[in-house]
Amino acid sequence: MINGLLWLLGFQLVGEVVVRSLDLTIPGPVVGMVLLFVVLQLRKPPASANLFRAADGLLKHLQLLFIPAGVGVITLLHVVGDHPVPIVGALVVSWLAVLLVVGWVTTLLLGRDAEGVRR
Amino acid sequence: MSDALDWLRTSPLLGLFLTLMGYRLGLELQQRVPVAWKAVAQPVLVALVVIGTTLWVLDISYDDYLVGGSIIGFFLGPATVALAVPLHRQAHHLGRMFLPMVVALPLGAVVGIVTGVLAVRVLGGDHLLELTMAPKSATTPVSLAVSTSIGGLPALTAVLAIVTGIISAVAAPAVLNLARIRDRRARGLAIGASSHGIGTSRALREHPTEGAFSGLAMGLTALLVSVLTPIILILL
Repeated sequence: MINGLLWLLGFQLVGEVVVRSLDLTIPGPVVGMVLLFVVLQLRKPPASANLFRAADGLLKHLQLLFIPAGVGVITLLHVVGDHPVPIVGALVVSWLAVLLVVGWVTTLLLGRDAEGVRR
Repeated sequence: MSDALDWLRTSPLLGLFLTLMGYRLGLELQQRVPVAWKAVAQPVLVALVVIGTTLWVLDISYDDYLVGGSIIGFFLGPATVALAVPLHRQAHHLGRMFLPMVVALPLGAVVGIVTGVLAVRVLGGDHLLELTMAPKSATTPVSLAVSTSIGGLPALTAVLAIVTGIISAVAAPAVLNLARIRDRRARGLAIGASSHGIGTSRALREHPTEGAFSGLAMGLTALLVSVLTPIILILL
């Protein structure tokens, strides 16, 4: 568990430093994710590695980690209440557009390879 | 009693306990409701209601709650790094997915920014709200940073990103079924591109492949939104 956490925090640390020294707008953890992926592909650790246990443990409760930021929604409810139609309407329309465009374009480009297209 | 409450206000214990408790209640409720209600009874949603009500009843400010809450929020960082693991396990799909990804994800990022801005305009919002809406497809820390740099309201952008995520966690699988998008890889990319980490947590629970590609799409969308938003805003 400790080893696994060290790996995750270590890659986040590298990511944060890279982002700041290169003045990038990407978040450090995303850079850390890419770097960890590359290292995993190169080293191919066994399935029993500590890192996997720590990662699976964290990801099992990924949604828990959003709750503190989500509680902040309550403090801004009055702003949403002032412009409910443009805010809620635009949010739903835009979310739906991205979901469908990405889903359909990917299915289209996968062609016959896509599951569920031809059975 | 009020002494104890004053102490609690400044202690991380309260925020930590409330967050875990709200989440636990949310998980419990989701297991007990009838199948038709499972999608709506998202643990995050239940937790927000439980925590919000408790803070309101005890008259505790959001900042005081964050003393403990931010300890849990901190782990979003290592959890984002951890998304490399499901991706590593699905790496054998990557070659086949290269073309769909380089086409669909940039397209998705552009569609998200353009439809966000134009829908606000059509529905009668002001310019400030357009800027605030533009980066909402990206994961919360990125959308917040982009919103700051283009002159939006960062706090509201973060809220929009979170609400988008919750809507997606509730409705995305059903919408994808209706749209006949059944391929796990396509569903994952669609969820990650439209609703970042909160959507991804739902995708991970649906299927490992779906979760892995959702995490990948989330990372790349964060990158694309931060690069593309300033450029597209000049054109709109």
